Amino acid sequence: MVDKLLSRVLYIDLSERKFWAEDRRDLFEEYLGGTGVAINLLREECPRGADPLGPDNVIIFAVGPLTAVFPMASKTVALFKSPHTGNLGESHAGGRSAAAIRLAGYGAIVIKGQSDIPVYVAIHGDKVYFRNAMALWGMRSTYTVGRIIRENEPGAGIRTIMRIGRAGENLVTYATVVTETYRHFGRLGLGAVFGSKKLKAIVISGKHSIPVADSKMYKEVYEEIYKAAVKSPAMKKYHDIGTAVNILPLNELGALPTMNLKKSRFENAEKIAGEALAEYYLGRRVACAHCPVACIHLAILREPYVDEPYFYKTTWVSYDYEPLYALGTMLGGTDVFKMLKLMEEVEIQGLDAMSTGVVLAWATEAMERGMISTKETLGVELKWGDYDNYIKAVRLIVEQPNEFYKALARGVEYAASKYGGLEFALAFGGNEMPGYHTGLACYVGYLTGARHSHLDSAGYSLDQKMLSMEKRLSPEEIGKRLFEEESWRQILSSLVVCFFARGIYKPDIVIKCLKVMGYDFDENRLMALGRKILRLKHKFKSDEGFDPKKLRIPKRILETESPHGVLSEQDIRTAVNAYFEELYKEQ
Amino acid sequence: MDTKDLDGFAMKRVAIVDVDRCVGCQMCMFACTRRHGVGGLARSAIHVRSAGGFERGFVVIVCRACSDPPCAKVCPTGALRPRKGGGVVLDERKCIGCGLCAEACPIGAIFWDDERNKPVVCKYCGSCAEHCPHGVIKLEVLEGGE
Repeated sequence: MVDKLLSRVLYIDLSERKFWAEDRRDLFEEYLGGTGVAINLLREECPRGADPLGPDNVIIFAVGPLTAVFPMASKTVALFKSPHTGNLGESHAGGRSAAAIRLAGYGAIVIKGQSDIPVYVAIHGDKVYFRNAMALWGMRSTYTVGRIIRENEPGAGIRTIMRIGRAGENLVTYATVVTETYRHFGRLGLGAVFGSKKLKAIVISGKHSIPVADSKMYKEVYEEIYKAAVKSPAMKKYHDIGTAVNILPLNELGALPTMNLKKSRFENAEKIAGEALAEYYLGRRVACAHCPVACIHLAILREPYVDEPYFYKTTWVSYDYEPLYALGTMLGGTDVFKMLKLMEEVEIQGLDAMSTGVVLAWATEAMERGMISTKETLGVELKWGDYDNYIKAVRLIVEQPNEFYKALARGVEYAASKYGGLEFALAFGGNEMPGYHTGLACYVGYLTGARHSHLDSAGYSLDQKMLSMEKRLSPEEIGKRLFEEESWRQILSSLVVCFFARGIYKPDIVIKCLKVMGYDFDENRLMALGRKILRLKHKFKSDEGFDPKKLRIPKRILETESPHGVLSEQDIRTAVNAYFEELYKEQ
Repeated sequence: MDTKDLDGFAMKRVAIVDVDRCVGCQMCMFACTRRHGVGGLARSAIHVRSAGGFERGFVVIVCRACSDPPCAKVCPTGALRPRKGGGVVLDERKCIGCGLCAEACPIGAIFWDDERNKPVVCKYCGSCAEHCPHGVIKLEVLEGGE
């Protein structure tokens, strides 16, 4: 039984400035919510071949039946056509976004069309308002935009404020949407899609109650999950040092991409590791709504003003493993303070930290090799670890004053296709690589995953498991395992359960939670649904021109040793083929 | 002050132990509505919001169980009555949903259930504190009690 709040889909047309709600019980009954429902809405609403930055593109936000009912089911899934890859755009964010959408009385929100003037949209329960955002457009910082909307709108504590920065306005194809200041729809350019629609921000609030099918069982299952969440060592790891705890072990393994992956170990890793950040910079830990873990780590930056003694600028920056990799080790930086300043600049502008870091790392190497010069960079010397110049470059990527920066604003693959150096341009399926050089499986995951993310199928985890296996898996087996993992993760992201909680939300717990909500699923049916959703996503991708045969493998990853030794392109291709064979089976 | 109820149990309230430990997870808010066997937040008598941005920390609002509660004073139907020893008890059958109590509370600790048009008043049960993983709140015996 789908509750009637969940099955409501709010449609907002920015061109016509109108909105309406429809009951889409059909979709929520079959696909649960989240990514499963969203891919169907995207296929309905986004015409084939649509310009990702034109009025035909649509933005879908979706949450799931467990949201605001069980803990850690607090992610919002965003689907859109990506301006970065030209096919499926999918990005997940936490904060208060999912609880706010669900408790405003919706399972999904579809945003269509294009406004002629900058607007922000306020959704308070059943009421939807189009607000003039002229004065917010062009504002330097995403922080300020959040602060203004916070004061303009009701719903403190039960709202989400999603907004873009200047990167999104200027259509950088890896611009993010920031929510609750420190969480992001980071990857694949949702920020640019907002920008193209002249949509500066969305604020959503609501405070409904959610009926369940079995109240007694609800409380029991809840306690089981809650106890597991507060006691599990995995969750403690995210709470204590946070994802940044991964720097040292990955460095030890020789899996930490360093200086554009010229190396897989960083000699100064301990300086930027989670442990060091916790000791010298950590100022506060915060949580997404309805999650006891509090994995969000905020560093305090205290900076003296040069013009006046005893006068300080104190700012906050959220850090995680991926930004530390992309803006830290990839750029060979050891000055933690300045690295955090770069991270802050990336936040202010509303860029994806991972793509930005990989783009800058490529540009640094290209300059080192003499392929580009200060003529292209407008005088900015890009050198490993030189953060003052990286900050300048980030601003120029957003401003795009010349052809070079225009190219950088479209990602590393595009820039390298114009200026050379594709062999060290670290993008997979068009998306800049995450921070794992763990072996074959991670790369197969980046190449095959529907959103070209390490979280699609967690190849980095399989690589690390394989190190302690007696018999190594064949490339074919790796391809199949990643397909199965990615299929299961479609269920988690349809329920919008945070992947950090995947160790708790195993199939038996998921089935119990669904029973509480009145759904009757067994494991086989869930797995079949996961595969179905994944196939629908790949259908969208291939309809938009994605072709696994054309996947590019940058030579660099075959040169730098991984914990499994030097990787073979042939093995990677064999595993990729095995994945796609599974995908196209029994369709 | 008598801080025991008719059966001799000590009267309790939810105390803020250290608001600076709050991470804003809102587990307490969800625990409060869940007492009624439903999810969501419509029936929560505790509220957590940021103090103007997550970086500034959080504000936790919950009934302090005043000894002479202003909310009860303004109730026109006698639905909201002072509890022995501090705090209030709500008789929903008498409540007409006028909202005067919520306006009267200086700390905003009377919340509103829009679905039922009734105030939401803390029952001092401690379910929120049981689900606070970070030691922000606790259920304590009222001063002068055990």
